[in-house]
Amino acid sequence: MSIILDDAPALVVILPLLISAIIAFISSPRLAWFITIVTLFIHILLSIELLLSFSSFGLIIYEFGNWPPPWGISFKLDGVNIGLQLLFSAFVLITTIYSRKIFLSEIDPDDSGKAYSLWLLAIGSLNGIILTNDIFNLFVFLEISALSSISLISLGAGTNRKALLAAFNYLIIGAIGATFYVIGVGFAYAMTGTLNMNDLIIQLTQYSEGQLAIFAGMSFMLIGLMVKSAVFPLHLWLPPAYSYAPSAVSTLFAALATKAILIFFVRILYEVFSIYNSYLILFLEYILLPLSLIAIFAGTIIAIYQDDIKKLLAYSSIAQIGYITLVFSINDNSGVLAGFVHIFNHALIKGGLFMAVGYLAFSINDRVTLQSIEGLGQKFPITSYALLICGLSLIGLPLTNGFISKLYIFQALYSNEMFLTIALVALSSALAVIYFWKIVEKLFFSPKGFEASIEDPAIYIPIWIIAISIIYFGIFSSPIVEFSSIASESLIKGGTN
Amino acid sequence: MSNEGLLILGLLTPLLAAFGSYCFRKNVNVRDSFGVLGGVITFLISLKIFNGLQADEQYVINLFTLFDGVDFLFNITPLGSIFSLIASSLWILASIYTVGYMRGAGEKNQTRFVFFYSIAIHAALAIAWSGNLLMLFIFYEILTFSTFPLVGHKQNDESQAAGRIYLSILVGTSLVLFLPAIFWIWLETGNLNFTSGGILDGNFPAERLIFLIAMLVFGIGKAAIMPIHRWLPAAMVAPTPVSALLHAVAVVKAGVFSFLMIVVYIIGPDYLLQSQASNWLVWLSSFTILAASIIAISKDDLKARLAYSTISQLSYIILGAALATTFALKGASFHIITHAIGKITLFFCAGAIYVTAHVKKISELGGLGFKTPLIFFAYTLGALSIIGVPPLIGSWSKLFLIIGSLEADFLFVAILLGISSLLNIYYLLQPVFIAFNKKNIKNINITKAPLTVWPPVITGVGCLFLFFFSNYFLNIINGVVA
Repeated sequence: MSIILDDAPALVVILPLLISAIIAFISSPRLAWFITIVTLFIHILLSIELLLSFSSFGLIIYEFGNWPPPWGISFKLDGVNIGLQLLFSAFVLITTIYSRKIFLSEIDPDDSGKAYSLWLLAIGSLNGIILTNDIFNLFVFLEISALSSISLISLGAGTNRKALLAAFNYLIIGAIGATFYVIGVGFAYAMTGTLNMNDLIIQLTQYSEGQLAIFAGMSFMLIGLMVKSAVFPLHLWLPPAYSYAPSAVSTLFAALATKAILIFFVRILYEVFSIYNSYLILFLEYILLPLSLIAIFAGTIIAIYQDDIKKLLAYSSIAQIGYITLVFSINDNSGVLAGFVHIFNHALIKGGLFMAVGYLAFSINDRVTLQSIEGLGQKFPITSYALLICGLSLIGLPLTNGFISKLYIFQALYSNEMFLTIALVALSSALAVIYFWKIVEKLFFSPKGFEASIEDPAIYIPIWIIAISIIYFGIFSSPIVEFSSIASESLIKGGTN
Repeated sequence: MSNEGLLILGLLTPLLAAFGSYCFRKNVNVRDSFGVLGGVITFLISLKIFNGLQADEQYVINLFTLFDGVDFLFNITPLGSIFSLIASSLWILASIYTVGYMRGAGEKNQTRFVFFYSIAIHAALAIAWSGNLLMLFIFYEILTFSTFPLVGHKQNDESQAAGRIYLSILVGTSLVLFLPAIFWIWLETGNLNFTSGGILDGNFPAERLIFLIAMLVFGIGKAAIMPIHRWLPAAMVAPTPVSALLHAVAVVKAGVFSFLMIVVYIIGPDYLLQSQASNWLVWLSSFTILAASIIAISKDDLKARLAYSTISQLSYIILGAALATTFALKGASFHIITHAIGKITLFFCAGAIYVTAHVKKISELGGLGFKTPLIFFAYTLGALSIIGVPPLIGSWSKLFLIIGSLEADFLFVAILLGISSLLNIYYLLQPVFIAFNKKNIKNINITKAPLTVWPPVITGVGCLFLFFFSNYFLNIINGVVA
């Protein structure tokens, strides 16, 4: 048993990938789903084991095949990713439970084995992105996740042909992003001869700030990651991909995909780039900060004009990613802390929203637009109230976890005396009320009268787990804040180990 | 019952009333009785707390910590006990009135209406009893959201548009200005608790206080100071019981109450006086008083006129808080009570006129006074009280405010208050003169709706009666200022 537990860091990635290969040959939808659930259940147990060993040993470096770095590939579990690892495990399990009927309604039942195979492939590769400590290995996982994501998105073509276009878009833009990244890796490798993150940091310290090749390489890497994590203005693939993918897939991506890449992005920024402080500050102040502010407003304002609710939520995600990169651009502990808090909270909020909207789409068997949801608050009250809770949290009202995010974002901005930014953030959060309230008004206050119809507990219970956790973490925020402060501390101190 | 139990029961009662009325939605008489029952219980509790505070009882309950230095805390202050007493006592009458009005006017969706009505009262009580500024903010938002279905009750285009104005102004200002102001205070002091004497002195840079006050007074949109007042006239599309209890008492008073709480228990009157940071607000609230009165004159719709009158009267309270002298604060606190009783009477009457005669416009009131004398009797008492004529209760608060403005060396403000009273006389009493003009008697069919007539008569007589018992309130108001 102890052998298995020792290999837990590798297993959380390998297990989903392995099962994914097997499950592709299963044609029974129920069985495919069941195997996926069992896999993810083991996955969360492994994550809990990782947490336990993290809390007793601190940093864990897992060396594949006992090849010591810098020669072998290694995974690193430290304060930065432990919290996200747990959230990831828990969330994929909940989403998979939720997905059974919804997913099957959108694809050909005979394909369900293949669909869940892709599903596990995406999960495994995203987990790899969270854990890897090797810049080329990251590229591999990025590619696996991109390919599985593209296939998953194109599964939405069963209900809307535009899914194919969205998948193609993502294929092209994603490939460009990955190319940028790998060019950067090439530069770094040519200069330092290493791909291991820790070793890279050590090697880089011998280069002075003037080495152009290093900066070119780093810039390529950063831009590649910004494409992948949909940082404005490199976000164009995201809205169509999220809105035309099958609902279960949108949920998974909206909650976790960009977050996993953001974690690596911030690692590159603060672990590697902090060596070149002047360059880091230049990038943060003149590129990331203004782009984030534009993202917040552009995302919010475009969301206001959307009719299609999945698209609206996708644009809101652009704005929310903007909040995260905004505080990441502050370059101190409080900013990174706030960024992590919002990564956790927004994963829950957006996941819950996509789940609820997905269920509405499933129930009315149509796309959810502002017209088609009229009066559904009376017809499907249980789901609609969960959606209301998630939405109130998105605005950031007290007693929801969105408020905690807002609190820490304000604190970070205030302690750096960025008063104008505070004003802009406050203004944008009020603008978010507009698009959210458009949904609420149609859902609950439409003159159309409906009788309440019976809702499926297998679907609404997962949604309500998310809704309740949104309130729980809004009141007892310490777990999220704790994980975030561990993350920010291990990042900002330089983190060479 | 222990003090904590009393506090919790008081907060739960309106919620239970809401759910009770939802569960018994099939039996309308049972459903509607929950409001009255809830009103009586919360009134008795508020009264006990009101008396208890004078006997130095403490009403504190601390459930858990939200974040550093901010707990989920209820702590009843003297000012809060006044607000809760007034809201709960008027809720009893308003519940009775609601039955008469909603059935008389044949409104739909009455269950939803009484449900959210009770939720709104719950939020108002929780605002009154909040122990810190964040708690106040939480229930401030709940109050906004719970009154939205009431404003948009008719669900036609007009009410929907009004509902959007209502929500966007109130939520927008609170998120853009009020909440950041709360964060600001917390970041500077590490604390948001309501403390006598305030928490800012020595912790908050005096030269920035002026910005904080601006954020607060414009952020608390419910206080309806110009130019953040447009939501209040918009909200008048709601059925009259909403305009009466919520938009003359619970909601708008929650706004000025919040500001008063901040001045008294967060900023601290002494610190405010010494920093001179609110002088501009004296001018702005004076302007609002005059401008709203002038607009009120131009309104022919009775409820719209009353709405602008409310905007004007709310600024009396903001003015008192901005002056921050002892008498001004006394007057502002007292004005919460006097204006509540007076204005609810007027709104009750406006609704009663609508139900009995289907008249909304002042110009069409001609001769109605002879057919429904009781309504106009009540109306006249309420109007005289707001104008400030002795021996009606409204004269006290106005007197204090005038003394307060002289105390702060604002002679001009004292004169302005006099001018405002003259304008009040014109726009509030004009409907009475039209109604009792024999030349204009028209043939209007009257449907009797006694449940809408007696509540205003009770509150109208209350305006007269309470004049002689002002000491009862003044005792505790002195505790606020001291």
